[in-house]
Amino acid sequence: MSLLDRHLSFLEALRGAGLPVSLAEDLDAVAALTAVTWGDRALVREAYAATLVKRRSQRATFDTLFDLWFPPLVGEGHRAGSGPGDAEATGAAGEDAGGEDAAGSGQGHVRDGAAALEALRDRVVEALGAGSDEQAAALATGLAREAVGTFGSLPGAGRGMTGWSAYAALQRVAPERLVERLVAALLSDAEPEPGGEERARRTAARRLGTFTAAAEAEARRRTAEAKGAAHVARTTVRPTIDQLDFLSARRADLEELRREVHPLARRLATRLTQEHHAQRRGPLDFRRTVRASLATGGVPLETRHRPRRPHRTDLVVLCDVSGSVANFAQFTLLLVLALRDQFQNLRAFTFIDHVHEVTHHLRPQADPAEVMADLAASASYAALWGRTSYGRAFTRFAEEHADALGPRSSLLILGDARSNHGDLALGALREMAGSARHAWWLNPEHRRHWDTGDSAASAYGEVVDMVECRNLTQLSDFVHDLL
Amino acid sequence: MPATPWFSSPADAIERLGKAGYLADAATGTTAYLAGALEKPLLIEGPAGVGKTELAKAVARAAGADLVRLQCYEGLDEARALYEWNYKKQLLAIQASGHEQGWDRTQEEIFTEEFLLTRPLLSAIRREEPTVLLIDEVDKTDVEVEGLLLEVLSDFQVTIPELGTISAVRRPFVVLTSNATRELSEAVKRRCLFLHLDYPDAEREREIVTSQVPGLDDAVAAQLVAVVARLRDLELRKAPSIAESIDWARTLLALEIDDLDDAAVDATLGVVLKHVSDTQRAVRELKLRR
Repeated sequence: MSLLDRHLSFLEALRGAGLPVSLAEDLDAVAALTAVTWGDRALVREAYAATLVKRRSQRATFDTLFDLWFPPLVGEGHRAGSGPGDAEATGAAGEDAGGEDAAGSGQGHVRDGAAALEALRDRVVEALGAGSDEQAAALATGLAREAVGTFGSLPGAGRGMTGWSAYAALQRVAPERLVERLVAALLSDAEPEPGGEERARRTAARRLGTFTAAAEAEARRRTAEAKGAAHVARTTVRPTIDQLDFLSARRADLEELRREVHPLARRLATRLTQEHHAQRRGPLDFRRTVRASLATGGVPLETRHRPRRPHRTDLVVLCDVSGSVANFAQFTLLLVLALRDQFQNLRAFTFIDHVHEVTHHLRPQADPAEVMADLAASASYAALWGRTSYGRAFTRFAEEHADALGPRSSLLILGDARSNHGDLALGALREMAGSARHAWWLNPEHRRHWDTGDSAASAYGEVVDMVECRNLTQLSDFVHDLL
Repeated sequence: MPATPWFSSPADAIERLGKAGYLADAATGTTAYLAGALEKPLLIEGPAGVGKTELAKAVARAAGADLVRLQCYEGLDEARALYEWNYKKQLLAIQASGHEQGWDRTQEEIFTEEFLLTRPLLSAIRREEPTVLLIDEVDKTDVEVEGLLLEVLSDFQVTIPELGTISAVRRPFVVLTSNATRELSEAVKRRCLFLHLDYPDAEREREIVTSQVPGLDDAVAAQLVAVVARLRDLELRKAPSIAESIDWARTLLALEIDDLDDAAVDATLGVVLKHVSDTQRAVRELKLRR
């Protein structure tokens, strides 16, 4: 594979992952690459990044794909070199992969064994338990490569069929069970001080995280050598955080999503203010018009207007907090809370089969993590028997909290409309929708799953406008249109 | 290669920026070098206070160029960004010339360089000396201003209907900064190199703090950087930036605190954290008040 082919297929993969890489960026990237030397892999990476990545959230995807197309080493690589020197091997990655790979896995089987495993684990503790973060990270990368090479191979039927699994390697090495030893190693290094253990524990967790990530990258690299980078890119590269489905978010993703809520709210608020300003044209401001006319010799060429009073709605949020959709409901509540000052009034209710008001948890200025914890803790009040029943929840809401809805309020229902085949209480919902000014339903499921199984999406959709809302992008679009 | 390259290589960029008082990491150095070598504008995004504007100033200092700055704000228009006709002077010229002249002649006279008030974008383009053009907080402007920037950013020229097109005598080094409060249009992004500046790692931050606040004790600097790194790990509404670390270092120096223990952190936390909920969280997580 020539360099140009590799470059083009790399760009193709970036496009496949959703980065807007046009021909203009392509040409820029080539120009940038001719301006730097190919000898330094870090430089090549930054040159590509400067020209192809246009948004921070795309950087993680870019890095993963770059590692696949321009791997830091080929096959078993040279143990000693993990610095810039090994970048020369990059160009040859395509052809040599098969042979070296087979040799590598053969060797791996010989070295695999309980003694080798213990030795590796000892070396991990030794390497991560000393020095600065950067040194530890460099060593962790080398050890992770070794771990995957030795313990992570999944023998296939023939040449090129061998798979590599970070999961298998990590199961054997079990970094999470090294935490205690690592903490001890870190503590023996430094003089004892208050809070030292806690700090050591955080350091240990962070460094083992580096090790795990390096092992995952290594498994991807080896698989890419055997099966082609494009294959790996299609199957293992995760979508960017704003395109990630709420329902398939892992725990680490949830934390990242939570960090995104405030910046997102700020972006939305700015956009809204600007749009409101753009369309303001209230009554004539006589004084400012006359003042402005002085600049043109007393002829009022331009009129000035008073700003219009912004219209603010009351928002009533009703969210399903049963297991599967709880995350989605919490995010939406957080986002709504972060935009608190855009609303006149905000009331929030959670339900599973019983309605519980949670407005008091949503204090402005409150800490998002704390609000999440409070909401999770209060979820038990929303259940009587613990089986989701939209019908019961709507009936109870109409009975107990009908006063929340008025001609100025908007109703927002969050949930997947899966009601365990119970009574849907369409009448109660119709009444609620009727007394509010607007009513929407946000469904975190993909549209193709609506009406499958016990989903009553279209039955409810006839009463209330149902909107698909699977990721942050869709959520922010919706909130923007709402305001 | 352009006639006068801003930097000769990424390593050169890092070194010269370092001498100008800006400690750049590899990504920043490489991108700054590329922006100079390819003569493309550089769009820098990142949280407030990580040194976006400072980078432009440092490039100007390192290359011995002058800095032309356009501060963007909501409501910024052509007349403030590009050029404006000095109509008062035009009016006087018309009155002074009397009535003998025909309209054609008058028109020719009043739409000349003499009556043109150049604003930052146009002045940056017309300068013959090396220039760094800083377009600060470009996300604060309205979408229309972005359209106005396009011609400047891609062709380095400005079209004035009465005078024709003015092209750059010498291409300036353009830096755009953004806090990402608004997505910039794809058209602007396409014309720029992109750099996301983030909080630095502990080692680099310590270097920055000690170089900016020379009198600070090394041990205190290390403690300070450790606490700041810990604060950034918490989920805060506004994580402390480099600028705030430096402010904190100056505060400690002014108060003559030579050991950053829990009590000292608690007393001066207001320098780095600007939200009540953040402060409460930090006090709880760092166990400051036992």
